[in-house]
Amino acid sequence: MNLRSPLGYVLGHGSAREGVHHWWHLRTTSAALAVLGVWFLFAVLTLPDLGRAAVVAWLARPLNAVLMVLFVWTAVWHSALGVQVVVEDYVRTKGPRVLVLVLVRFIHVLIGAAALVSVLKLALGGKA
Amino acid sequence: MAEFRLPPNSRFKDVPGRQYKAPPGATSVRTFRIYRWDPDSGDKPRVDSFEVDLRRCGPMVLDALIKIKNEVDSTLTFRRSCREGICGSCAMNIDGVNTLACIKAIEDVKGELRIFPLPHLPVIKDLVPDLTNFYAQYASIKPWLQTRTPAPPDRERLQSPEDQEKIDRPSACILCACCSTSCPSYWWNGDRYLGPAALLAAYRWIVDTRDEATGERLDDLEDPFRLYRCHTIMNCTEACPKDLNPARAIAEIKKLMAERQY
Repeated sequence: MNLRSPLGYVLGHGSAREGVHHWWHLRTTSAALAVLGVWFLFAVLTLPDLGRAAVVAWLARPLNAVLMVLFVWTAVWHSALGVQVVVEDYVRTKGPRVLVLVLVRFIHVLIGAAALVSVLKLALGGKA
Repeated sequence: MAEFRLPPNSRFKDVPGRQYKAPPGATSVRTFRIYRWDPDSGDKPRVDSFEVDLRRCGPMVLDALIKIKNEVDSTLTFRRSCREGICGSCAMNIDGVNTLACIKAIEDVKGELRIFPLPHLPVIKDLVPDLTNFYAQYASIKPWLQTRTPAPPDRERLQSPEDQEKIDRPSACILCACCSTSCPSYWWNGDRYLGPAALLAAYRWIVDTRDEATGERLDDLEDPFRLYRCHTIMNCTEACPKDLNPARAIAEIKKLMAERQY
């Protein structure tokens, strides 16, 4: 039987004093992605073809490589923040929620690392 | 997971409701389909149909509910008081929208009127939801003036007309809970997310220039669940029967949080 008062239940452990960073990063990465996304779309549409040679030649240009790294990094970061919100919204049980949050973060780090290595390898002239 | 379906003992679709026909001679008949549940009966909820002669009934949904209670079924249970949209007692879900029965005109709804309690709250009986958690959340934001400067001995604390205008609209909230119970984030995480009504009340005190606890108020709200479960869905603003804008108030609180951080 839980005899805790309704107010005591609502006050709980108090405020986490956190949330503004997450909110701010979610919005700044959105703004960055809006710009980088347009650049990426424009770049892909103006490539002579989507063959490996054309893409490697395009990524070999430093500006394209830098923007591509930024695009991938920002997209993965934004996705990690967004999926965290979805998990917090819908997974209510504390244990599974923490587990899923950790899992989701690991998956994003893995995807981000793989994507960055791929871009750098192509940009730096590697032969995958 | 979040609760997307009603618990099995709360589902009413397979339970036949009772039918109450209009009296003979009725010429302008509308059907009111009303959610019924009596905790003492042990039965599952059902939806009863009441035919009401609108020629012998007031224009608002609350008028019809009172007529049904007075003349057809006195066990029909709902909250009501002022019948003019100022007390917030008769908040319920009418035709799929949270609103006040006393200011919702029957003629604004086409076809049958479907009347349910406010969504995603425990039901006490029929159209009466349990608002204990909602009121505790309101209390948690300390809805009173907090100061360190003693009040002047000879007059009230002064406020310019411009500053008063900032709290004019947020102060008009009647705590009917239409906004909070229309918010999906509140449905899924109503135990930790304060909801639009409590956050609108918090905003009212945050922007009050006489209040000296702005920082503490923002501290208490800075939380991934208390404040940041708001995803700007805007159902709250859409539902508010007083035409207030809780979504905007929440956005302003988030801006203040960012301003003091960056």
